[in-house]
Amino acid sequence: MPGIETHCMEIGLMDQLASQDTPVHRLDPRAKLLTTLMFVATVVSFDKYAISALLPFFAYPVMLMTVGRIPVPYLLRKILLVAPFAILIGIFNPLLDRETFITIGTLTITGGWVSFLSILIRFALTVEGALILLASSGIYGVCLALDKLGVPRVFTVQLLFLYRYLFVIADEGLRMVRAKTIRSFGTHDMGIKVYIHMLGYLLLRALDRAQRVHSAMISRGFDGHIQSMKPLKLRPGDIMFVCVWSLLFVLMRIHNISLLLGSFITEIFQ
Amino acid sequence: MHMADALISPAVGGTMWAVSAGLIAYCSKKVRNILDDRRVPLMGVLGAFIFAAQMINFSIPGTGSSGHLGGGMILAVLLGPHAALLVIASVLVVQALFFADGGLLALGCNIFNLGFFPCFVAYPLIFRNIAGNKPTPLRLWIGCTAASILGLQLGAFGVVLETVFSGISELPFRTFVLMMQPIHLAIGIVEGLITATVVAFVWKARPEVLESASQPATMHNYSFRKIIIGLIFAAVVTGGILSWFASTHPDGLEWAMSKTSGTEELELPEYRAHESLATIQENTSFLPDYGFASQKEEAKEEPETKWPAINAATTISGLVGGTLTLLITILIGYTLKRRRFST
Repeated sequence: MPGIETHCMEIGLMDQLASQDTPVHRLDPRAKLLTTLMFVATVVSFDKYAISALLPFFAYPVMLMTVGRIPVPYLLRKILLVAPFAILIGIFNPLLDRETFITIGTLTITGGWVSFLSILIRFALTVEGALILLASSGIYGVCLALDKLGVPRVFTVQLLFLYRYLFVIADEGLRMVRAKTIRSFGTHDMGIKVYIHMLGYLLLRALDRAQRVHSAMISRGFDGHIQSMKPLKLRPGDIMFVCVWSLLFVLMRIHNISLLLGSFITEIFQ
Repeated sequence: MHMADALISPAVGGTMWAVSAGLIAYCSKKVRNILDDRRVPLMGVLGAFIFAAQMINFSIPGTGSSGHLGGGMILAVLLGPHAALLVIASVLVVQALFFADGGLLALGCNIFNLGFFPCFVAYPLIFRNIAGNKPTPLRLWIGCTAASILGLQLGAFGVVLETVFSGISELPFRTFVLMMQPIHLAIGIVEGLITATVVAFVWKARPEVLESASQPATMHNYSFRKIIIGLIFAAVVTGGILSWFASTHPDGLEWAMSKTSGTEELELPEYRAHESLATIQENTSFLPDYGFASQKEEAKEEPETKWPAINAATTISGLVGGTLTLLITILIGYTLKRRRFST
């Protein structure tokens, strides 16, 4: 697990990306949320040996990344960071499923390797989908979208709070860790006793802060609603975005890949 | 132990989404009923605390590895189960979005595994009963540790069931269980000890925090009736699992499937116009038997382990189609409604 600083920086970078102004960023977050969910559900619905059928789906993240000016290396690095889990579970497939799937010349590929590759592709696609949603809408946009789509307000408001205070509390934690490291002469290991005390104090500080936050908010007239400077407005473009992509996902789900790929390319170049 | 999207089928993901959405709705309603508006910022800040706490690692003596707080049980103790579930859910949302830790479709699974079990099984049945109304340090210790262990065991078992039912991973049920449960027993013990000491620490420094946190939500809600319902639920689950284990009928899961879905083997999705990949297509349509074939080899050594390889995940495209039509219908309805109002 990367250190606390890297974590905070990563989150900060995500916020920076979300504050850009591109056609993708201007889309209604509800549209993006629905499309992302649809995208993930469709990708996941393929059978476990699907590989070629999944590839056209990269069109979605690629398109959004280009139009939304989201740096590809950044997303790739993020995907690699979390890849170990999928690899850990997926790697058993080649070991357990040794049935021959296809032979190319002398090379025999077992079903296990095919499904393993399929897992990796799925993983890349779904993770990209989620990250792009955030990088183009920001957590604020996502919360607002959830709120407007009928998710209970208590949930969305405290989700927003969580995010707002993430940096503050993490900063306190960071200061504590730094102070401890400076005083412990190069040993990076943290004993459980020190750890518990640090955690306890961090918790007490967090509780105090919650109290202060609440008083401050009450005095500024907080009434339990998320207030927005620019209210969400669903424009025809947003509906188009959802419909066109959903239609594409369905087409990609149903149709033959080679056929689809051909038509897809002609569609783009026309 | 966050589930990833890549390993679940839409049927499993969709079901768990529905279950978790219901849980969130229920908990939100409960939290709103408490009418203590301090609760919402407190929840948010504690969620942030869990995050910060997860970034700090400690070294486990003698192993060379390190651990960190998971946080489900500590939230339940500090906030009560309803608010805790909401906080856990939002921690998972932030993890999924920012760190791609656990997917969007898998969110439902993750909220259930990491939220429901600690908050609604381990907390009321173990922690409340051991710690009681006026907890002593020892009771707090035992309660926290036991509850954390149980919560994580159930959560890990949830991961196993969801993965196996999804059928994307080839891991057989038994191997996966044998892999997950002991690891999470160790994690659970460590987690339990940390939770217990941190709670004891807070208890010593600010006893009023624990009192005020646990009082409004918990005592009234955990009536005798609920505990009985919980126990029955636990009994049914364990009973089901045990009978499943004990069953010599090799097709236990298949039987369960035919009970739930009405068909012996879940139908494979229909493919159209797959001319160019016809050969691969032929292979895939034989998948069910294919799965069994490899199982049979294993079965020679150990007849009881003849778990059917689950091909349930070979897509329930109906779910996707259904969702899509539903969404499109909603969208059409929405636009029509807007248009009507605007003109």
